[in-house]
Amino acid sequence: MVQSMTRVSTPPPVRSEPKVKLPWPLSIYQTAVGKKWVMGLTGAALLGFIVVHMIGNLHLYEGPLEIHEYAETLRDLGTKLLPRTWLLWIMRIGLIIAFALHIHSAYSLSRMSLAADQRYPGGRNYIAANFASRTMRWTGPIIGLYLFYHLADLTWGWFNPDFVRGDPYHNVSESLSSIPVAILYIVANTALAVHIFHGTWSMFQSLGVNSPRYNHLRRYLAAGLAGIVLVGNLSFPIFVQAGVIDDNGRSVVEELQQHGAAEGEEH
Amino acid sequence: MSAEINLTLKVWRQAGPNADGRFVTYEASGISTDASFLEMLDIVNERLIEAGEEPIVFESDCREGICGTCGLMINGQAHGPQKGTATCQLHMRSFSDGDHIVIEPWRATSFPVLRDLAVDRRAMDAIIGAGGYISVNTGAAPDANLTPVPKETADTAFDAAACIGCGACVAACPNSAAQLFTAAKVQHLNLLPQGQAQRWARTEAMVETMEAFFGSCTNHGECEEACPKEIPIDFIAWTNRDYIKAKVKNRKLAG
Repeated sequence: MVQSMTRVSTPPPVRSEPKVKLPWPLSIYQTAVGKKWVMGLTGAALLGFIVVHMIGNLHLYEGPLEIHEYAETLRDLGTKLLPRTWLLWIMRIGLIIAFALHIHSAYSLSRMSLAADQRYPGGRNYIAANFASRTMRWTGPIIGLYLFYHLADLTWGWFNPDFVRGDPYHNVSESLSSIPVAILYIVANTALAVHIFHGTWSMFQSLGVNSPRYNHLRRYLAAGLAGIVLVGNLSFPIFVQAGVIDDNGRSVVEELQQHGAAEGEEH
Repeated sequence: MSAEINLTLKVWRQAGPNADGRFVTYEASGISTDASFLEMLDIVNERLIEAGEEPIVFESDCREGICGTCGLMINGQAHGPQKGTATCQLHMRSFSDGDHIVIEPWRATSFPVLRDLAVDRRAMDAIIGAGGYISVNTGAAPDANLTPVPKETADTAFDAAACIGCGACVAACPNSAAQLFTAAKVQHLNLLPQGQAQRWARTEAMVETMEAFFGSCTNHGECEEACPKEIPIDFIAWTNRDYIKAKVKNRKLAG
């Protein structure tokens, strides 16, 4: 370690040493820059999921059977090596861990910054900070709450009396045909795009991916990803409201399953 | 062309570190547009002294933008409205007749107000003390060009070395992070051959000292805009990368 040349008397630190020093590499997470790394890496993982999830959901436009087949394909992933749904669950657990670390690092870094910062009673001007960067601590919790609703609505079926397990087309069209739910999806996915716009750019800085020749591309990438996710995700509530995605309350998958069960009885 | 303008100043007055502060309004009439911002405050102070009042306390030294002693929050902007300029080099021609100007000290928990517009910036000295130097045996000056440095490297290191340590980056940061100051001081030495011996120890020690006193960077980019030396936030990214490398290398070296 570097030996300090002088002992400077300073104001009291805003951040105290951790009470328990964890073993290396976990000790990296106990530092602020280490937490920024974790936030950047988990953000990249979550962003990758969001983009793939949006693209996968475009199967809705092919029809009820096609999106059902897509969902089954996800469950079948890796079945040549692992029992069915295992690979999907491994990815889900990875996402849950990434999500938890993303929230925890954001929470503890925000607390540190709030302790370090003092307000300007005379007001202050923002020159570089944009709407997205200044609302990260708002868009984050909005996305978190929305995610809970989204899972409860379309995965667990708590809020949807007509929920049919395994028929995404039916569930999406039943759920998003309600105007308040469609508005909720539009607001939350706009918040998600705003979060991605700052997060994508910020990720490069936090992870130290910086090369002056290519730096201008980082903003384009952030705007491009935010725009693609925004357009894709907003299309679902809008097209359900417009009646493009609509099965008139009929679950094709349910009928297929009953038909299959009936056929099974015959044989 | 010189002209005279009349201004209304709203200045933060605070008798001491533990006293309550408040804004006091002063009329600054007949200020030459050729005066610097600090000369304007000197004129106001002379008038205050003549009227038997306490002058406004503010810090300044070289008044040519190279020492980093001055620094005021002017109308909510660190070092005022002119980009790449320290408060002392900001001139009154940047303002118009009848303007209202709000003047505040830098604000951060680790920059406690000493009096009026002067703040205690010793937390930044602690960061320098943790590793902002190179250790060499002194003696006769080494021959010029004894250690070759590529032109691009020298230029980039010099961009970082331009940091005058004024604290505007902390003042402008919505998180009161000192990332730009620390990154400039770390990278100035980390980029050069002379700084390599202590590179990883320096990076770890300076970043961790910074974290004890200041907030966490959220990449707003306000510091870059406020910096009187226009130091880019690229140095912050490079320091983040060096820090993680340091965490690995220092452990390896420590065995």
